[in-house]
Amino acid sequence: MLQGSNLECARGDRVLFSGINFSIKPGELMQVRGPNGSGKTSLLRMLCGLTVPSSGEINWNGTSIRSLGADYFSMITYLGHLSGVKDDLTAIENLRITSALAGVAIDEKIAYEALQKMGLEERETLLAKVLSQGQKRRVALARLILVNTKLWILDEPLTALDVSAIELIKNIIERYLAQGGMVILTTHQEIDISATVTHQLYLS
Amino acid sequence: MLTWVIRRDLLLAVRRQADVLTTLFFFIIVVSLFPLGVGPEMNTLRIMAPGIVWVAALLASMLSLGRMFSNDYLDGTLEQILLSPTSLSLLVLGKMLSHWLITGVPLVLMAPVLGIQYDLPFSALVVLTLSLLLGTPILSLIGAIGAALTLGLRGGGVLVSLLVLPLYIPVLIFGAGAVEASTAGLGFEAHFSLLGAFLLVSLVFAPWATAASLRISME
Repeated sequence: MLQGSNLECARGDRVLFSGINFSIKPGELMQVRGPNGSGKTSLLRMLCGLTVPSSGEINWNGTSIRSLGADYFSMITYLGHLSGVKDDLTAIENLRITSALAGVAIDEKIAYEALQKMGLEERETLLAKVLSQGQKRRVALARLILVNTKLWILDEPLTALDVSAIELIKNIIERYLAQGGMVILTTHQEIDISATVTHQLYLS
Repeated sequence: MLTWVIRRDLLLAVRRQADVLTTLFFFIIVVSLFPLGVGPEMNTLRIMAPGIVWVAALLASMLSLGRMFSNDYLDGTLEQILLSPTSLSLLVLGKMLSHWLITGVPLVLMAPVLGIQYDLPFSALVVLTLSLLLGTPILSLIGAIGAALTLGLRGGGVLVSLLVLPLYIPVLIFGAGAVEASTAGLGFEAHFSLLGAFLLVSLVFAPWATAASLRISME
């Protein structure tokens, strides 16, 4: 269970948001909404442990994520604005390396299958620089199929994706939620993901 | 995990050879220009050689520091590295080692060839190469701290030299000093021991300091 209490984010003198409280349990989805510049990405980076909240606490099963450190990182998967796909590596190499970084070493065959599931047949051995934005995004998202973490934190996962890919991601997220995963995501697109409980968090 | 990072960086270096070659060519050009500028006075050249080769190696190594983390920072890979369950210090050590393999090792291999231009005796060439072999990893290790601290800053290149150069000076003094001592017929063991000590100390502290700096830079 991930719990945030009284979170505040300040950039210099400006307070982006304050007094944010939420808690999310296995199988639940939290959608973070708000206009541009309202601090959605800042909040997600905070929940990953990349930044420290200016006040408030984030707890995983009652323990502060700061003190969990690497143990917390092994339980989450974060996909940010920047997809972390290297232009000079092929799709397969990209996927194998990001998975290895996430602690799941996979062989070429598994990476191949994951990319096929993401609709990248025959693009596996192309350098990422010749792929389109949407295809690069698919390469980054393919990691979700391979990792076995308890919480996904997805920042605008649907940017640049076409309708069929959005449907694919929706299915992947729903399956994951049904298996007891937790998902926190931001998106500007309307997407109807069915979950046992869907929290809405508005930042203004 | 260490091998994954090193393999990835080497693969990227192979695909983007311009980055590697820039450093090496810079080194070769700087070292080769001096004999042309100073003139063919053998004795002067022999005296100047260790200092010139070492200063050029130092600048060449610094030239590539900016790229050490910036590419990973710009495409988001660095966030994933920071969020990896593997110890960040270990991953950073991998990046440092690959930086040395890509920029340091070619310099070490080129140095004896360039040393011939300065009419260095064989024994001095050997000492020069060995001193670079011991010294260039220190440059990568210490340089990484500066690169991590200035990540994402405008004008980071100038700042990194200001931060890192003072720490490079002892390496320069003892590296070039070893060669001078050997040409003067004195023992160079003391210089090597000190370089080795620097290497060990930076091997212990630099990954940890770089990891901490990266966390601060990414906030």
